[in-house]
Amino acid sequence: MTTLNPPDAEPAARAHMAGLLPDRDGPVFAEPWQAEAFALAVALHQQGHFTWNEWSATLAAEIRAAAARGDADDGSTYYHHWLAALERLVTDKALLTPDGLQARKAAWADAYARTPHGKPVTLPVAPDK
Amino acid sequence: MDEHSHNHADGQAAPSDPALRVKALESLLVDKGIVDPAAIDAFIEAYEHRIGPRNGARVVARAWVDPDFKRWLMDDATAAIASLGYTGRQGEHMVAVENAAGVHNMVVCTLCSCYPWTVLGLPPVWYKSAPYRSRAVIDPRGVLAEFGVELPDATEIRVWDSTSEMRYLVIPERPAGSEEMSEEDLADLVSRDAMIGTALATLPAAKEPAP
Repeated sequence: MTTLNPPDAEPAARAHMAGLLPDRDGPVFAEPWQAEAFALAVALHQQGHFTWNEWSATLAAEIRAAAARGDADDGSTYYHHWLAALERLVTDKALLTPDGLQARKAAWADAYARTPHGKPVTLPVAPDK
Repeated sequence: MDEHSHNHADGQAAPSDPALRVKALESLLVDKGIVDPAAIDAFIEAYEHRIGPRNGARVVARAWVDPDFKRWLMDDATAAIASLGYTGRQGEHMVAVENAAGVHNMVVCTLCSCYPWTVLGLPPVWYKSAPYRSRAVIDPRGVLAEFGVELPDATEIRVWDSTSEMRYLVIPERPAGSEEMSEEDLADLVSRDAMIGTALATLPAAKEPAP
């Protein structure tokens, strides 16, 4: 289970500088999916699916592309860029396909809609093993 | 974890778009045997609970009290830091940069957010923001002032731009009045920001040093 770190009140200076809520020392995942995306990228790198140079270049490209689209680039959308870079690398490296990802995402959305409150959400069967 | 109910007739509220995309990625990679879900969980757990700026603070405190370790750290930071059990996962090289009278170091990653995770944990949001990434280089003195750090005009400010291969750890100056403190207590004086270079190591205001 992922623990979340609520923002706390710290010197206003840095909030002013970044135009953002400050955070205190320690891990900074605002939502569980951010921690999962972070861990997936590092795990794939450790298994040799891409180099850390490739990762940094892909992430930097996503951040630039988002800024060009008008993203605030204030740090708050950082893990969105991280996730976009991860999707790009796993498909570039042919570990997964864009269609496969799209279909699986739809399957999860479906599973949430079908599962009653309080029950764990699971996929019916792995559709495309 | 907090479960909200929103009175849906049936079914559960779908998580956010990014959360669904991560679930798609993770479940497909697990199905294909590419990643081990237990390893992912263990990794998240480690980053949330065991890896953080406390690691870096111990490195700094050791350097303050042990001149041999300090020499090693300045000479080969990757090895000296690994000797304390903190080893990199990205194969990056660590470089220690030392503050001294007349010299202040600060670290940025102008391209993305390269950061010495093994000693500092995960980067704060402001470190990843465009204003910090651009202004740290153009106007480091102005950025430091906004963090409440005022340095003498004569102090040289060195800004280090991290890369995927080089990560920097700032060794702040040991505060005056800390001569009698133990290594463990010294580590408490070293904040994350002090090791990024946007703060100084200081004695706690409320707690006077031993008379």
